[in-house]
Amino acid sequence: MEYKDYYKIVGVKRDATQDEIKRAYRKLARKYHPDISKEANAEERFKEAGEAYEVLKDPEKRAAYDQLGANWKTGQEFRPPPNWDTGFEFSGGGFTAGESGGFSDFFESLFGQTGGRFTQRRTSTMQMRGEDHTAKVLINLEDAYHGATQTLSLRVPQMDEAGHVSTREHRLNVKIPKGIKQGQRIRLAGQGGPGSGNAPAGDLYLKVEFKTHPYYRVEGENVYLDLPVAPWEIVLGATLQVPTPEGAVNLKIPPASKQGQKLRLKGRGIPAKEKGDLFVILNIALPPADSEKATSFYKNMAKELAFNPRAHLGV
Amino acid sequence: MREDNQTVAISGIIIDKSLHFSLAELCRETAVPAEWVMTLVEEGILEPEGEHSTQWRFTLECCHTISVVIRLQRDLGLNLAGVALALDLLEEVEDLRHRLDALILVS
Repeated sequence: MEYKDYYKIVGVKRDATQDEIKRAYRKLARKYHPDISKEANAEERFKEAGEAYEVLKDPEKRAAYDQLGANWKTGQEFRPPPNWDTGFEFSGGGFTAGESGGFSDFFESLFGQTGGRFTQRRTSTMQMRGEDHTAKVLINLEDAYHGATQTLSLRVPQMDEAGHVSTREHRLNVKIPKGIKQGQRIRLAGQGGPGSGNAPAGDLYLKVEFKTHPYYRVEGENVYLDLPVAPWEIVLGATLQVPTPEGAVNLKIPPASKQGQKLRLKGRGIPAKEKGDLFVILNIALPPADSEKATSFYKNMAKELAFNPRAHLGV
Repeated sequence: MREDNQTVAISGIIIDKSLHFSLAELCRETAVPAEWVMTLVEEGILEPEGEHSTQWRFTLECCHTISVVIRLQRDLGLNLAGVALALDLLEEVEDLRHRLDALILVS
């Protein structure tokens, strides 16, 4: 098992006051709270900070932890010395299984033994509904059009018969329903934390995020595509092959269209309850002047066309 | 028993504004007392349809909001006004982030 430097995790010196520890922890908790933070490892950092604070906020647990010595380094192989806790009388503030779920083996070995002096588990006699869990799932835009099945790997706390809490991998195959929108949540009833006693399990809330697509943009149920067009296509009109998440379609560009103009493909957005549209935004691409012929075309235009693109700027 | 899930794909419900619960149903669903839900409504954290508490209709979004409120209170020691402010700001930040992503994609 690996040693954990709780002071380093909370970001305080070993001689910090209880107030300093509290302030530092509160700051970390706000920064890494899974409901608030967008950082990828937020949940891990939040749990780590919670575990560290669980020890440091309690003067007795802190004193016992300090007694291990200051020379340990994070990650160093660790075994609690025999009778290391002699002389400490822990009042056992206790923590519930819901809160302690996911605390490290290091913590468990020092403070978490069932029947030990450190914690009094209240859970065995209480009827408590399991905690709701949240997780994020990244899907492709195409999955929202057709529906998909995703395999999720979640770390969930579990309690054995002796009341020992550990985490294990929980693999779930989840159906992503057709028509799901960016940021929407799916509720999987009873897939959250187990309830204690005969109480029901909590729910799992899956937040669905779309992977960034190389050319589609999503807003609610509508999808946007920037379509590069040649100057003559936008001026003279054309029928163009345009990609959509459901496959290419032919799109008619009317003559004398304008840069940035939006063309709506009705009902080709995300097939949510209220069907979205696909908006194609025309974006003029200039042909490169990479040959003598092309260059002379541009020179001809300059000579033949009386075109001042800055007329509206008054110059 | 959960091991069965490895082979069977489970489906959930999309959380949107369509499914409606009464106050009693919401409390049963989320295992919280009705008085507390009423405080959340007073604070503007939950916005049910209907005038009187006996006519209130909540959406599935409310179930999720309730579990977020519980976590924010427990983990950050916020009071309800603080939670309400945090939820509003979070929503705004998320909206801005998406707009920013869209802008980055265009440029």
